[in-house]
Amino acid sequence: MRRVVVTGLGVVSALGIGRDRHFEGLRDGRVGIGPLTRISLENLSITIGAQVPDYDETEHFSRSQLTLYDRVTQLATLAGREAVAQSGIEIDEALATRTAVVMGSSLGGMTTIDNNYKLTYGEGKTRVHPFLVPRLMANAPASHLSMEHGAKGPNWTVSTACSSGNHAIGQAFHLIRSGGADAALCGGAEAALVWGTLKAWEGLRVMSKTACRPFSKTRDGMVQGEGAAVLVIEELERAKARGATILGEICGFGMTSDAGDIVTPSQADAARAIRDAMADAKMGAEEVGYINAHGTATTINDRTEAGAIRNVLGEHAARVPVSSTKSMHAHCIGAAGAIEAAAVLMALSEGVIPPTASHEEEDPEIGLDVVPNTAREATVHAALSNSFAFGGLNAVLAFRRFTG
Amino acid sequence: MTDEVTEKIVRIIADQAMVEPGQIKPETTLDDLGLDSLGLVEVVFSIEEEFDISVPYNANEPNDSEFDISNVAAISAAVKQLIAEKG
Repeated sequence: MRRVVVTGLGVVSALGIGRDRHFEGLRDGRVGIGPLTRISLENLSITIGAQVPDYDETEHFSRSQLTLYDRVTQLATLAGREAVAQSGIEIDEALATRTAVVMGSSLGGMTTIDNNYKLTYGEGKTRVHPFLVPRLMANAPASHLSMEHGAKGPNWTVSTACSSGNHAIGQAFHLIRSGGADAALCGGAEAALVWGTLKAWEGLRVMSKTACRPFSKTRDGMVQGEGAAVLVIEELERAKARGATILGEICGFGMTSDAGDIVTPSQADAARAIRDAMADAKMGAEEVGYINAHGTATTINDRTEAGAIRNVLGEHAARVPVSSTKSMHAHCIGAAGAIEAAAVLMALSEGVIPPTASHEEEDPEIGLDVVPNTAREATVHAALSNSFAFGGLNAVLAFRRFTG
Repeated sequence: MTDEVTEKIVRIIADQAMVEPGQIKPETTLDDLGLDSLGLVEVVFSIEEEFDISVPYNANEPNDSEFDISNVAAISAAVKQLIAEKG
């Protein structure tokens, strides 16, 4: 069976622009959540979020690019550039048709949609800019990645709400493992901190007005974030042949559907996805050294997820560090799985387990080591990353540290 | 090309083509300026915004639409006609 490794990683999140800033934030347990400053907060009860800080689009893109790039495409493009640069991959003519792009996004070009609904419905404007369609389409980030890097192989975008990023990485992994491609840019992007989206989330009444405190007894809901992460993944032998630095190996992928409730998660089907990923990777419970949790900081998610982890790992569950980095970069929806894969790659390649920040008080219903507030040094040989989406869509990735 | 409508059109086209307005002559075509189909659509949009008119331009058949885009002078004449029709 062909093996699949990660050779490049690019991240843009509330912890900063670039992989190093993101890792540094994770290591320090720094919280990137704060007051929303880019939009009008009129008639919104949610006023916090995790925005990409110090970001000036004109520093990174030409005017003609900005005409076509919604913010979601911009963030994906920045992450893609960093990932490709780190990997050192050269997508030449021979590799071009063997290089795939698979990206996750739940909402696509939401800034474009929101601004123009406001202009037309709200302000009665009758004429819109000609490029709204190519700006707002959910596949724009994936298409621009292909154009920028000359990737002419299979290219598609996955929209499975909060699991989009994991589904995208998992499907790209499947594609390379099965021989359908030799390399891929994969990950997720979301930039939906706009009035309309926040109003919709407000309606669900699951949002915190203060902080994201996963697994803490004092949790009071989720916080929305924006960002993107792109991984360059390759078939192992070609990565080795060109002397690439290997950040980690993707070993397994499990995906299940609850077929139950549209928003309430099922513990049994979440557990089944974890078990499937581990079986695919031939990974025993005792091998798992870190789990990046979905950890949204809603009571129902946290308890259901903790139950699923205890169920699958049995007595080993209490010994495995489980953290939710959403406490720092918030819930980046369609980018969540990809941004959290970055945390897993940091644990595997740098030996640092990121903490669950903003943790105040243990919840006895959780019963896990949630790495409260302080990162931990540890050699992590194997790790899991969970995503459990609205719609009952579960996607779990299994990774190993690469040792040859 | 000294009238106000033409001046505004030249400015719009120059901005889109990223050239100095002085480089644009009445007989200049959009091809000469290297404007692609998307650039042309943006020019049409900017003209509509500037003069508050509706330009009958169809990107499927740019050369067969009612709006003459063969060169700057033709565009200017067509825009003046549309402004006059608007009353």
